[in-house]
Amino acid sequence: MNIIIAILVLGSIAALFGAILGFASVRFKVDGDPIVEQLDALLPQTQCGQCGYPGCKPYAQAVADGEAINKCAPGGEDTIKKIADLMGVEVQPLDESHVQGDAPKSNRPKVAFVIEEDCIGCTKCIQACPVDAIIGAAKQMHTIIIDECTGCDLCVAPCPVDCIEMRELPDTIHNWQWDLTSIPVKQLD
Amino acid sequence: MESILERITRGHFWDFHGGIHPPEQKSLTSSKPIKQLTLPKQLIIPLQQHIGREGDLLVGIGEKVLKGQPLTLSTNPMVVPIHAPTSGTISAIKNSVIAHPSGLTQLCIFLDVDGEDTWRKRDVCTDIDQLTNNQIIEKIADAGISGMGGAGFPTHIKLNSKPDINFLIINGAECEPYITADDLLMMEQGDAIVDGISIIDRLLSPAFILIAIEDNKPKAIKALQQATANIEKIKVCVIPTKYPAGGEKQLIKILTGREVASGSLPIHSGIVMHNIATCFAINEAVRHDTPLIRRVVTVTGQALNKPQNVWALLGTPIKFLLEQCELEALKDESQPVIMGGPMMGFCISSELVPIVKTSNCILVPSKTEMPSAFDKESKEVECIRCGQCSDVCPSNLLPQELQWSAKAKDYPQLQKLNLSDCIDCGACAYVCPSQIPLVHYYRIAKAEIREQQQLDLKAEKAKIRFEARKLRLEKEKIARQEKHKKAAAARKAAMNKATPEAAGAKSAVAAALARVKAKKAASNTAVSVDKENKDAVINTGDDQKSQVAAAIARAKAKKKLKADNANKPSNTKDGEKADTTDKAVETKTVTAKPSSPDDKKAKIAAAIAKAKAKKLSQSTESVKVDGKDSVIDKPASQSEKKEKIAAAIAKAKEKAQAKAKDAALSGIDVQTKTRPTIPSNENDKNAPIESNVEPTPALDKKAKIAAAIAKAKAKKQLKDEQNDSSNKLSAQQPDEST
Repeated sequence: MNIIIAILVLGSIAALFGAILGFASVRFKVDGDPIVEQLDALLPQTQCGQCGYPGCKPYAQAVADGEAINKCAPGGEDTIKKIADLMGVEVQPLDESHVQGDAPKSNRPKVAFVIEEDCIGCTKCIQACPVDAIIGAAKQMHTIIIDECTGCDLCVAPCPVDCIEMRELPDTIHNWQWDLTSIPVKQLD
Repeated sequence: MESILERITRGHFWDFHGGIHPPEQKSLTSSKPIKQLTLPKQLIIPLQQHIGREGDLLVGIGEKVLKGQPLTLSTNPMVVPIHAPTSGTISAIKNSVIAHPSGLTQLCIFLDVDGEDTWRKRDVCTDIDQLTNNQIIEKIADAGISGMGGAGFPTHIKLNSKPDINFLIINGAECEPYITADDLLMMEQGDAIVDGISIIDRLLSPAFILIAIEDNKPKAIKALQQATANIEKIKVCVIPTKYPAGGEKQLIKILTGREVASGSLPIHSGIVMHNIATCFAINEAVRHDTPLIRRVVTVTGQALNKPQNVWALLGTPIKFLLEQCELEALKDESQPVIMGGPMMGFCISSELVPIVKTSNCILVPSKTEMPSAFDKESKEVECIRCGQCSDVCPSNLLPQELQWSAKAKDYPQLQKLNLSDCIDCGACAYVCPSQIPLVHYYRIAKAEIREQQQLDLKAEKAKIRFEARKLRLEKEKIARQEKHKKAAAARKAAMNKATPEAAGAKSAVAAALARVKAKKAASNTAVSVDKENKDAVINTGDDQKSQVAAAIARAKAKKKLKADNANKPSNTKDGEKADTTDKAVETKTVTAKPSSPDDKKAKIAAAIAKAKAKKLSQSTESVKVDGKDSVIDKPASQSEKKEKIAAAIAKAKEKAQAKAKDAALSGIDVQTKTRPTIPSNENDKNAPIESNVEPTPALDKKAKIAAAIAKAKAKKQLKDEQNDSSNKLSAQQPDEST
């Protein structure tokens, strides 16, 4: 008799918790994998495709699925470190095979620049731009919207007349950084 | 509310945390009147002199401008225009060093002063009550007034805020050592300042107006008390001297006891603050239609023989001011020139830096006065954790903690420690026994955080644009598929309609189908009926039309298979005979017996087939005859007319060739000698073929184009060659970039 009571009690408890868990899984269901969103937020959003995926979101998805974390060339070491923190894995050096063109010599952001007298208006770069930062039409000169350009480099290769080059943004007072070494301390005693 | 007023009238104020009492050094300039300067020879007017964006240029190089004439146009509220400070000619518009610690250049207008100081037409307002509030604000905006205390926020935005303003605070604290510009302005222009305050009063209608002046300026206090004696609303508050009492949040705390929360603006607590000099500028702008073209600048420091406050036109190079105040060691390279006060100012990199709307002080210290300014090397030693910095921080921050995090570049931690509330006052660095330049670390960190935020913003924008593009491409793809579907449906519908054209199209399709069917049937019957016929069928597949013709001739004899055979050659023909063959097939398949109309049709078909076969054989013959010649010669053999045309073409060819060669040669002179032949040969082939399509008139043009092409080709070849050679040169070093 006792054993039956015990089974009944434990069984009913199990059923109760089962019901609670079942309810919770429906009620507090998480849509999508939040880790992908978090990873996507860490990536630089240049949409350059140097990682081998068509954009930052797909690479974030791939990393969540176990892809190597060191394929983001524009993000560099910083991004790898952040991804490693988030995923709880070891920091790896940047995979050089995913760096297109010259390795970035400086951290200065670059944007594409159309040498306008050479442009033949083929629209190939417009089709390549992942963020629609190039304006122009067939047989019309094209130009880059600097503020929208992510510096992803994707428009350079398709240009048949090589009239696109990557240029560093100039120093202005808006992006200038204080440099301790160049400014002496001016303190009044 | 009442208690605040009571306390103010009793002269009891609150106190803010921290603060320091550095040596004031104001006596250097406070006893001398503001000096009117002679006109400098050239003014350098930066387009942007405030927070925000620069306006659109209204003037060009070489243009004569009058005093007060606007030079830029405001296109949005954050843009304030600039004006010509005196009359003269614009000699250049180019980048020049501006008043910024970086020493970077920005676009400036260079104005050659003509010395006449001619005003533009001014519209002096005699009765301010006739103006509406909007008109007043417009006047202030057009006068280009931005906050003159330091930050340079556009004044008209601050004046355009919504009602429910409790306190309007006029900031005359001027707490930084050395600076006496506001002090002198209050002494000399007290009435004008009060007039300006009354204009702000009208616009904002605050409950109370408080003028805050530190107690180290007795003359200014007296002047303003006299000027406001008849105005109940305005109270002159004499606050104790302490640095940085002139900070916005600190002054609010002193006067009202309220603290402005981190991240919120004083306006959110119903408080608006304006600088003394701004009030004066507002009065000038509204009453006298005088835009902001000059300001009081304290030129001070013990390196000067005559330190003094001066009325400086905006754009006056600092060098001119220093000459006027007799700097002893102007030639000395190591002499630091500080723009702003000793606590918050920065060393300027060139003495050509112009005065702008926010510059209130030029400090030229002597070596004994400020040895640290002469020391290029930092004397920084390790932090000893004494905690003095947090004792003096007016924003209640933890400077020492901030310093650690700033050095470690731990930006999230810095944000947690509220670095953004740091006002760069420099009190912490002033008291630091280890001489750590704390403020500089904060400035670096602030700039980095700001840049990171901008990058994040940009990344977010890029993400949105990328997603939008993906969506658009997807949509376009679907739309295209939809369009194709619709077009197919439309074609079908048109075919099913009963119109004659539709019937024609339908019958054409039907005919095609029938032909296919007939072909199948023929191959079937051919197998069973006749071996010769079978050959014929196979031969059609081999495209030997003459044999087909023979087969047709044989088929003629056999009436039963006539229709079938007639269809085969028509396979390759147009749909002209579709109807005839169609009917023939139909009759054949339905009745399986030859009838009299069938007969006739079959004959016609056979005749056509014959003609075709003949033609074909002829053409193949001609091809055999002059098969070695180019394709252009082929039609020439067919008729005399064509021959003539060919002759003309040949002539044109020669002409074009000669021309192209000339052009190519002249274009290639600079290039290698072997080049010309290759492109011109290619050109030979191209040009005549083109001219074949279009006769002589376009020939010249074509030749020119051809020449251009040849040139380009030669160029490219040369380039390739060069590349090759350079590649060969660099072949030893493996280059992975390709």
